[in-house]
Amino acid sequence: MDLQETQRLLSEHLHSLADLFHRIPGSAILLRYVKSSYQNDPVRSAVELFLFLFAVRYLLAPKYSTKPGVVKLSEDEIDDLVDEWTPEPLVGRPSPLEEMEVEKRTVIVGPVGPKSKLANGRTVVNLGSYNFYNFNANESLKEKAIQTLRNYGVGPCGPRGFYGTQDVHMKTEADVAAYLGTDACIVYSQAFSTISSVIPAFSKRGDIIVADKGVSYAIRKGIQISRSIVRWYEHNDLEDLERVLAKVTKEQARKPLTRRFIITEGLFESYGDMVDLPKIIELKLKYKFRLILDETWSFGVLGRTGRGVTEHQNVDAAEVDMIVGSLAGPLIAGGGFCAGSEEIIHHQRISAAAYTFSAALPALLSTTASDTINILQNSPDLVSQLRDLTKAMWAQLDPRSDWVRCTSAPENPIMILVIKPEVVAAKRLTADDQQYLLQDVVDECLANGVLISRLKTLHDNFEPKQDIPPALKVCVTMGLTKKEIEKSGTTIRHAITKVLSRRK
Amino acid sequence: MPRRSSNSSTTDSSPSPTSLPTASGKGGIAFKAPSIKSNRLSQLFSTSPRSKSGFQTAQLPAVGSNTPPTSAPPISSASLSLPTISLSTATSENSNMDEPPTTLFQPPSPEEARRLAKQHAQFGPIGHPSHRYSSRHPGGPFPEPVMDEPPYYYLLTTYISYLILIAFGHVRDFFGKRFREENYRHLKARNGYGALNSDFDNFYVRRLKLRINDCFERPVTGVPGRYITLIDRATDDHNKHFHLTGTTTDTLNLSSYNYLGFAQSEGPCADLVEDTIKKYGISAVSTRSEVGTQDLHIEVEDLIARFVGKEASMVFSMGFGTNATIFPALVGKGDLIISDELNHASIRFGARLSGASIGMFKHNDMKDLEMRLREAISQGQPRTHRPWKKILVVVEGLYSMEGSMCNLPGLIALKRRYKFHLFVDEAHSIGAIGPQGRGVCDYFGVDTAEVDILMGTLTKSFGANGGYIAADKAMIDKLRATNSGVFYGETIAPAVLAQISTALRIINGELIPGQGEERLQRLAFNSRYLRLGLKRLGFIVYGHDDSPIIPLLLFNPAKMPAFSHEMLRRKISVVVVGYPATPLVSSRARFCVSAAHTKEDLDRVLTACDEIGNVLQLKFSTGIAGGAVPSDDMVPPPEKEIEWRRQQAAKITPPRWRLEDVIKRGTQDAKIPLC
Repeated sequence: MDLQETQRLLSEHLHSLADLFHRIPGSAILLRYVKSSYQNDPVRSAVELFLFLFAVRYLLAPKYSTKPGVVKLSEDEIDDLVDEWTPEPLVGRPSPLEEMEVEKRTVIVGPVGPKSKLANGRTVVNLGSYNFYNFNANESLKEKAIQTLRNYGVGPCGPRGFYGTQDVHMKTEADVAAYLGTDACIVYSQAFSTISSVIPAFSKRGDIIVADKGVSYAIRKGIQISRSIVRWYEHNDLEDLERVLAKVTKEQARKPLTRRFIITEGLFESYGDMVDLPKIIELKLKYKFRLILDETWSFGVLGRTGRGVTEHQNVDAAEVDMIVGSLAGPLIAGGGFCAGSEEIIHHQRISAAAYTFSAALPALLSTTASDTINILQNSPDLVSQLRDLTKAMWAQLDPRSDWVRCTSAPENPIMILVIKPEVVAAKRLTADDQQYLLQDVVDECLANGVLISRLKTLHDNFEPKQDIPPALKVCVTMGLTKKEIEKSGTTIRHAITKVLSRRK
Repeated sequence: MPRRSSNSSTTDSSPSPTSLPTASGKGGIAFKAPSIKSNRLSQLFSTSPRSKSGFQTAQLPAVGSNTPPTSAPPISSASLSLPTISLSTATSENSNMDEPPTTLFQPPSPEEARRLAKQHAQFGPIGHPSHRYSSRHPGGPFPEPVMDEPPYYYLLTTYISYLILIAFGHVRDFFGKRFREENYRHLKARNGYGALNSDFDNFYVRRLKLRINDCFERPVTGVPGRYITLIDRATDDHNKHFHLTGTTTDTLNLSSYNYLGFAQSEGPCADLVEDTIKKYGISAVSTRSEVGTQDLHIEVEDLIARFVGKEASMVFSMGFGTNATIFPALVGKGDLIISDELNHASIRFGARLSGASIGMFKHNDMKDLEMRLREAISQGQPRTHRPWKKILVVVEGLYSMEGSMCNLPGLIALKRRYKFHLFVDEAHSIGAIGPQGRGVCDYFGVDTAEVDILMGTLTKSFGANGGYIAADKAMIDKLRATNSGVFYGETIAPAVLAQISTALRIINGELIPGQGEERLQRLAFNSRYLRLGLKRLGFIVYGHDDSPIIPLLLFNPAKMPAFSHEMLRRKISVVVVGYPATPLVSSRARFCVSAAHTKEDLDRVLTACDEIGNVLQLKFSTGIAGGAVPSDDMVPPPEKEIEWRRQQAAKITPPRWRLEDVIKRGTQDAKIPLC
């Protein structure tokens, strides 16, 4: 083929291409635009052509990973690695302590009461349940629960946001708020999940939490999931709290203002002691922190009518930003609550995970909570009677035992008994040793007809690790007479002496 | 927009002659007759005249006779002895649904009528013995659900709607922050306190959700059964606060997770619960690991383990809490969780607490999962490249927003190859799926030993509350000593346990043989019937055929409140969900079907959807997801049907069936593949 022929063909092609281009609607405009803007400037045309080609090349270039440290492997190599890989079993073998935990589980047959029947057929005095007021045996409460059952069924079959909000829930929320004296209240369907959801609903990444080192597992989980900056202060040491608050305030002085929270408990789950609320309120106001107070163990117990630590220490509940409590303990219902201002409660209805993504509380538990709150409110002597019994039990254990001491506040119907430090030191007991010994004490008590339990603790993966001293847990109940309480107290004391003195 | 009155008394205030008063004496809507008007759109009450007469015939034997049905196989001597539930006895004897009520009808005594009305408001009697179906995977590869898409017009208007909403929101914020400062207190730092909520995070709630707040958290009372009683409320400040008006509205309940209809305040479940409260009191007042374990717990745990087909199980008082506490007990540092992207918030909550690394794969996409597994195993942990200690793949059995089921056979095949551990959350699928109601394993005919851990909730199908974990005995024993829910979570209450155990024993046929089966089969039928009907009317519906969760796609945000209000006007309560629970564009209404619904109820829903769909322009399916009109009237015999349908699929026309045809053909067509 000669040159001319090629040229002819080429120009023909070009011609037809140009023809085609002209036929596209709007091509004339484009052409005019290019012509007028370039004004036959070859340099500019060349630069733009270069840019255009570069863009095409960039777009067509093969993708590469931006992840660092990815090793390129062929499919065969991956197959080999897959074949080689042997995963660990999903759950490992239980440790001896864990085995004991499962093996020694007590099973109650029939109702939980001051005297409960066990699976082995024996009836024992039950000092392990939180049945302080023995509401569980209250016939009128049962009757009311049955009435609710006959009107509402059992489950609400839906989350609160979608047709799970029953009038009984709204009533319970109003009742708790009125009882405590706060603006509003929100009810969750499990007490344990409540605080773990309340904390992350408000405290986000970058916010600051100052918390007691001895707080409960649920609070630790809430703090962990919030991903906030955490500062810890020594357990119930308010001087240390002030030091930490001052330090945090100083550190953050130049940074943008974020939310700041103090988190502590009314009665501590793991130690049983009580917080000094007026002092904390003073500090919180001074350093401008918000206070989240977990009253899981103090609600329904402390104060003249059981309103909790606010009533006990004469603090206005509205001073505390968030009061979290349980309806499941002595109130024998179920679920937990958070009480506070309208804004605080409203925000949780949308953003607290355990509220939005969980089914509502069964109606019969909700009405039970309302009823027990009503009883407590109207009969302050219940609380004082409980305190008398607590005092009677306390007298049998703490001052008279050479081996253990009670870390609980004297008003706390849950007595946490730890082995005295000098005993631990003298006998060189590790934490595990203590757990085994205390389990022996529990067994010994059970053999003598008294059911108590150990303080159950679980280690988590959250730093810093928490070391809670192993302890016994004795709960007072009003279903027993003072005589019976004293007798059981003696039994427990003797069991402790017997087991601990045996140990060399 | 002014709040629409939920009182639709203009057309349906006069009860029909045969109407029965409900327990509350407000002329229960179940028994109101539709006003027969020629104009379909003005007909607010949704039952068509035809289905109404069917409804009456269904009522007749229920009140008039106790004759056991001739065609329902499992009978009923047992159920006759328990008078409070008459599921089977209410079965219509004659299959001719058009027969008008005869004059031999003896009206029941008012007391009896009230009792029955209450009972039927919680659980409707089956209309016809053919309204049953057994849900089971038909074999072969598990089909991907077809995701139909609307014309671009709707997507475009959806984005524009959000743009307008956001723009308006910002304009209102601009002025609001200057002139109405008191409304923004919680978003600003004050007196040295940081803002309580972040302004940015709160924008969606403040400016978008608030507009449609009246569709959420509607207060209810009574049993959330077949009907649910809404407590009417009104607002004076644009949905910020509501006040109760003092009236109530009975609505058909398509919103509660009451799959098997166990939300009942009478019948064997409630009776046993009552006995249990009398005997055990209300609470176990302790945690499981201290002294909160009762004989009831052991019994229920055994029942659940046997029911789901595992060696052992444990129960918790909250479904959310079950997931939140189980993951830290299973995995930790150096482990990898690969989770479906649409997994429930509780799984994400638990996974985050566990300290394990978390990866995600595309919803139900086995190819994507395999790719991620290969990458994870070959690359090991980031930076150190040490192999992962173990990999836990977490999926849900039935996804509550999509109505899709997990591809269990696909997962099992991958599990054999890649040796990961499998966790299936059966929150919605347990009780709701499978020929015996035992969840996805039952549905696919998979041996439960193939799944390491089965988790589920007791809230949904069993009308109770709480959750469970089922696995091998050794695993459960270890978990009893490491799971924080056992240590710190309150024990599940005896009354709730009684409800669970009765419901379980009814499902597995131990109590009242036949009733459990009937509930399961009615649920399966109802799910397929409504799904097919909606598809045929031309709606875009997501999910698998047998799923009792039926999301109906709305797309435009303004259609959410409109749909909810229109449904409420027709006295049907539905859930509408939008962003952030779903992707931004695909707002949807979600129907939760129950065994307590009758075919007439579902026809009422279809009628309502048909009318609303026309008004709101919701019928935009292309037909690729099923529901297309068969080419001609010739339908080949059943054995060739599937093949024939496959051929038909090539020439799809958008399905826009007439309502009458949908209802006429629904019952028979619901039992064949819905495509």
